[in-house]
Amino acid sequence: MLAWEGFKSGSWQEEIDVRQFIQLNYEPYVGDPSFLAGPTEATQQLWKQFMELAKKERDQGGVLDMDTEVVSSITSHGPGYLNKELEVIVGIQTDKPFKRALQPYGGIRMAKNACESYGYELDPEIEHIFSTYRKTHNQGVFDGYSPAMSLARKAGIITGLPDAYGRGRIIGDYRRVALYGTDFLAKSKKNERSFFDERTMTEDVIRAREEIAEQLRALTELKQMAASYGFDITKPAETAREAFQWLYFGYLAAIKEQNGAAMSLGRTSTFLDIYIARDLKEQRLTEQGAQELVDHFVLKLRMVKFARTPEYNALFSGDPTWVTESLGGIGLDGRPLVTKTTFRFLHTLETLGPSPEPNLTVLWSHRLPQQFKEYCARMTIQTSSLQYENDDLMRTYFGDDYGIACCVSAMRIGKQMQYFGARANLAKALLYAINGGMDEQMKVQVSPPMRPILSDKLDYDEVMDAFDYMMEWLAELYINTLNVIHYMHDKYCYERIEMALHDQETMRTMATGIAGLSVVTDSLSAIKYANVRPVRDENGLVVDYIVEGEYPAYGNNDDRADDIAIDLVKRFFRKLKKHSTYREAKTTMSVLTITSNVVYGKLTGNTPDGRKKGEPFAPGANPMHGRDRKGAIASLASVAKLPYEYALDGISNTFSIIPGALGKSDEDRIRNLTAILDGYTAKDGHHLNINVFDKETLLDAMDHPEQYPQLTVRVSGYAVNFIKLTREQQLDVINRTFHEKI
Amino acid sequence: MGQHQGRIHSIETSGMVDGPGIRFVVFMQGCLLRCLYCHNPDTWTIGKGQLVTVQELVEDIRGYLPFLQFSGGGVTVSGGEPLLQADFLLTLFQALKREHGIHTAIDSSGGCFTRRGHFFETLQQLMKFTDLVLLDLKQIDPQKHLALTGKPNDHILDFARFLSEANIPVWIRHVLVPGLSDDEADLRKLADFIKTLRNVERVEILPYHEMGKFKYEQLGIEYPLLHTRPPDEETIRMAKEILGAH
Repeated sequence: MLAWEGFKSGSWQEEIDVRQFIQLNYEPYVGDPSFLAGPTEATQQLWKQFMELAKKERDQGGVLDMDTEVVSSITSHGPGYLNKELEVIVGIQTDKPFKRALQPYGGIRMAKNACESYGYELDPEIEHIFSTYRKTHNQGVFDGYSPAMSLARKAGIITGLPDAYGRGRIIGDYRRVALYGTDFLAKSKKNERSFFDERTMTEDVIRAREEIAEQLRALTELKQMAASYGFDITKPAETAREAFQWLYFGYLAAIKEQNGAAMSLGRTSTFLDIYIARDLKEQRLTEQGAQELVDHFVLKLRMVKFARTPEYNALFSGDPTWVTESLGGIGLDGRPLVTKTTFRFLHTLETLGPSPEPNLTVLWSHRLPQQFKEYCARMTIQTSSLQYENDDLMRTYFGDDYGIACCVSAMRIGKQMQYFGARANLAKALLYAINGGMDEQMKVQVSPPMRPILSDKLDYDEVMDAFDYMMEWLAELYINTLNVIHYMHDKYCYERIEMALHDQETMRTMATGIAGLSVVTDSLSAIKYANVRPVRDENGLVVDYIVEGEYPAYGNNDDRADDIAIDLVKRFFRKLKKHSTYREAKTTMSVLTITSNVVYGKLTGNTPDGRKKGEPFAPGANPMHGRDRKGAIASLASVAKLPYEYALDGISNTFSIIPGALGKSDEDRIRNLTAILDGYTAKDGHHLNINVFDKETLLDAMDHPEQYPQLTVRVSGYAVNFIKLTREQQLDVINRTFHEKI
Repeated sequence: MGQHQGRIHSIETSGMVDGPGIRFVVFMQGCLLRCLYCHNPDTWTIGKGQLVTVQELVEDIRGYLPFLQFSGGGVTVSGGEPLLQADFLLTLFQALKREHGIHTAIDSSGGCFTRRGHFFETLQQLMKFTDLVLLDLKQIDPQKHLALTGKPNDHILDFARFLSEANIPVWIRHVLVPGLSDDEADLRKLADFIKTLRNVERVEILPYHEMGKFKYEQLGIEYPLLHTRPPDEETIRMAKEILGAH
């Protein structure tokens, strides 16, 4: 077969095995970036068009156009283009670029609110259908919620739950579309289904049969959608251009059907490199042509849009889509998974300029080729558009063909998926422990009543006992809530095409999370090492705390505080693990807040660490700003101590430094930055967002947004266009610790 | 000789501008000079600060070894004037070298240098365990030096000569303050002096900045350079050219 000509054969040709195909055929690249080519004229023209649309979108308040009549599905829209003559990779979500699709399956209310908040009116007929005849995920969830769940959600002790919108964080193995074509994939799915033919029809078996039937239907629709653009993707891709296009169609089908919180891409660059390398060798492609393919593909990924509500944006600010692409890493055989196309992907930050999306994520290892490390560091210093995750740590658990979903969640591509679980607010749980389960803001009883702490000075052991008990309650409620959500999402908003690109035997994780780690750690440290006196209101509710004396704060590499943080992570995870999960998902946990650290802070009263009511938490696993006294590396060392084994869904850390503090010359800065990453990796740190810029730049961008259309800032696990953040969030980014000591 | 306890002002774990690579910087407490532009006036008073032992410091530094090693960095003692506690430095550097082979640097203005007595004996020992000295030459003109720092500079220049004789690698640093240390003729004289030294690996210009101002307010001292602004690009360029700076 022409499509596989020149590729090393293996069992991947008989059964789906993308990893084996990659391992047999890829060529690691250890050289420097001097081979890279600049953008073509077509690319520059397309980018100009993109930037004009982006400006229009901004000028119109954040949305350029919305579909209010056509419910989005894989085949709902005919072909659409940015510029048909110039694009070498085609396909958009609706009929026009930047037009947001109508995706009501997660919840009709969310879809309606999204329309209305940007001045659009949802077609009443659609609203009628999805309120009367077709149930949505959101309705299902609220049918299932117990009163305790609704109350916990309202009080904000469990927040950001995917109960009104698509859960996302599922990565289809889009590479399969390119490597095999849809016929092969359908045949293979039918094989999987036959396993469930002669079986007792238990609920599991019936569900499997129905799901596979849906997956097959989605594959057929995928084929039809591609055909509408003039491509026959029933057969494997024969050229690099086809490989990019087939793969992108797979991804496009997913985003046409799902508006999940994070719609990540996977790990595609080294896979695609095999096709580019073959075409270059056959002289069917030039380096400039190869870069053009990557540029146009990435341009499409930068165009991904969803219709969101303002409340959603308050949680996850800056209109993120988390089109996360994982780059690099080391194979199990020790060869780096870095290819020339890995460089070409990074190079889009130069050909097209900085950008928050796709969420380029470097899987870092000390053993990565030096030239690659340096190029990454250079791109970070120039664009602040990259995040880094510890491949040496993750490889042990996930092998060498995993990708990152959203910000920090590793999963084997096509073999593993997660039930996204947002997060529990541990800072609030601590306040509940002190107040016997009475919410300090709403002044209502949220947990079952417990004896509040009555002393005039908080005693560490007494508080810990009460807190432990409160966490026990919270963990059970949290897992139960997630069980309801994901049962309903599978039922009413099933990810057909993404799961069609998974093995039938897919491992599922129940991916919980915690917020407020540094607030709780410092609070407990204050109670233990300083004097904390509660201040009670007229009803005896503790509403404030007076801290007397100094306490060791998390972020100074001081075991007295850091051990508290470690204990919290382990303790809460063990409690979560006690409870049974929907579809026997394996419970995992993250220390990640995305940008919701601002909202969680708003919902949480004064805390015993001295943080005032309403003030933002630190994002993810970051120490609280202003409390690290020993500099950036001590702060990194503290976070690196958190045990990944207990937080396999990821531990997020954001690091911002001014260029001058990173070294005096470019050479120094690049060396120091790679050393920071090597050091953090060696210390078993998991994730690092790196920003390199001056505070003044951000302040100026607040006042003159039009001059910074591409200014990209790494927040917690993703990047945003700084100017798309709310003012409050902009200030939060600026106020957070900038390492600027010179 | 040697001492196990020292007084420090603070620790900075991510020094990336005080010697090569990432530096664990120990700011020592106490200084004899009173430089008008000093951005660490809180390190001046001798006898204050936090008492630490060599063992505690080495233990702390051990936790940062990967960062130091991957970057080709190490430990820098700064201040304050670190050489005021030369005995402590000696014990510390001996331990760092012996136990971990860590690159060691001293960021000094040489304000307490003398070729006499116990200090000199200790210093000679200390130099055996020192990889680099970051030497502040603030002003070549003796009168202006006195005005700027409150002390003459003859022994400081002698310290530079001593380092040259002992062949200890040196990075010369010159803080460029408009009106106080940016005179072209002075800079040329300084350049001539530097040429007489045979151990200079690098010359660095540190443009004066105003980040130390708030500390004066905290300490309730009047900020002496209230009307001084950081030097302009042109002056920095000129100074770099004259001094052959990095």
